[in-house]
Amino acid sequence: MLKVKDLNVYYGKIHAIKGIDFDVKNGEIVTLIGANGAGKTTTLKTISGILKAEKGVISFDGENITRIKPHLIPDFGVAHVPEGRQVFAQMSVYENLIMGAFIRKDKREIANDIEMVYTYFPRLKERHKQLAGTLSGGEQQMLAIGRALMTKPKLLLLDEPSMGLAPILVDEIFSMIQTINGAGTTILLVEQNANKALRIAHRGYVLETGVIKLTGTSEELMSNDEVRSAYLGG
Amino acid sequence: MKLFFQQVINGLNSGSIYALIAIGYTLVYGILKLINFAHGEIMMFGAYFSFIAAATMDMPFWFVIIFSMGLSAILGMLVEFVAYRPLRQAPRLSALITAIGVSMFLQNVSLMVFGADPKVMPRIFPNVVFNIFGIEISSITLITIGLSVFFMILLELFISHTKQGRAMRAVSENQDAAILMGINVNRTVSITFLIGSALGALGGILYSTAYTNIAPTMGTMPGLKAFVAAVLGGIGSVPGAMLGGFLIGMIENMSKAYISTTWADAIVFLILIIVLLFKPTGILGKDIKEKV
Repeated sequence: MLKVKDLNVYYGKIHAIKGIDFDVKNGEIVTLIGANGAGKTTTLKTISGILKAEKGVISFDGENITRIKPHLIPDFGVAHVPEGRQVFAQMSVYENLIMGAFIRKDKREIANDIEMVYTYFPRLKERHKQLAGTLSGGEQQMLAIGRALMTKPKLLLLDEPSMGLAPILVDEIFSMIQTINGAGTTILLVEQNANKALRIAHRGYVLETGVIKLTGTSEELMSNDEVRSAYLGG
Repeated sequence: MKLFFQQVINGLNSGSIYALIAIGYTLVYGILKLINFAHGEIMMFGAYFSFIAAATMDMPFWFVIIFSMGLSAILGMLVEFVAYRPLRQAPRLSALITAIGVSMFLQNVSLMVFGADPKVMPRIFPNVVFNIFGIEISSITLITIGLSVFFMILLELFISHTKQGRAMRAVSENQDAAILMGINVNRTVSITFLIGSALGALGGILYSTAYTNIAPTMGTMPGLKAFVAAVLGGIGSVPGAMLGGFLIGMIENMSKAYISTTWADAIVFLILIIVLLFKPTGILGKDIKEKV
């Protein structure tokens, strides 16, 4: 579904991504793990067009999307839940979800999908009139995911959904990611919390200072000594 | 008491004009974090366009308004495209200095094209003076307030209930997130300039019908006062700009009536200083802390 080939990205003068290759197949949860500054967020931002690739090809469902403008990427079926959630703080929960459906015109379907998001995250339904800025961190993360689902994505890019959340909320969010995947949405998950990420992912890539160090199924990575000592805390 | 109510009417009259112009400042600031100092000049061009339609083409008032608002909207979008868009990623100070440059440029263009002699705006609205309990209200005042309020309601409906209006709010709140929703930021910015400039032009038309004089420098003072109004109400907030506009109009007229005509402008700017000292976010300014 998503194929990334020889991707090179510069962040100012820094060569942040140095020729990485990876792919995500239909129906999978694939995780990119790595330390802070390894280039995980940069990779996601390049896929959604916010950062420009210096070299390399990103293709989605056979179409080359490397040079597509960022606001046209959702039309391809790629939704991006950014790092730090980035909900519209001055808009209500409901309006945030409506914003997610900006590219769509099927009004009745949109209403159905809002109900679907509410069944995934009942807490959002309780707070549908509340301003997003007044929600807790976990609720904002739920809203950010819900908003991205409203674009009707085939592929969901998730950037550090566990960041700054209490462990119990992290578990809740991660089990919801599995549910969303089970309902047919492919997921590319970027995480520093490698342990949690590998537990729900089918496959993973280990990113280190802009290069892919290791790849394999989640089981393989979890039993790999290097990964265990560097990312899973022994 | 009669004097007081007379001043309330006058305050509403000039206040609604300031409110219309202040909306343009606040919309653009909300989206680009830029004080568009050329906005007063858009208002001035709006007045000239209406003069052309009314004096040389002898058109009815509704045509004058549409003609002037339309041309000014195009001018505003052009200014954004030529002068501000290339500076989108530049430091805000560069954009601010550019805005001052555009303001001077437009003033000089109008000096070249229309000449330095003030033009006299023909009467496009019927002028009948009603006397209600000794308070004089002219039909022009009623039309000014009515048209302003009508367009402000229209704007509120647009912003809160249409897709493009929501896109404007989304871009002004979080540009990166708006892009991820598939919103075209460039288009949204253009529409913002279109709306702000059209409303500014309406302000210019109403201002010139009230004071009848049109000159290349006419945009400076009302432009500045409308800017003060936008800051007073809370820059970035549309209801704030409306409230700020009416307040400035009211304060200005009350100062003229009860304190001193010559000091009225100084008092308006004194208010700007006081607001910046005690409540920099303005009356309706946003100051919500985001939870992380």
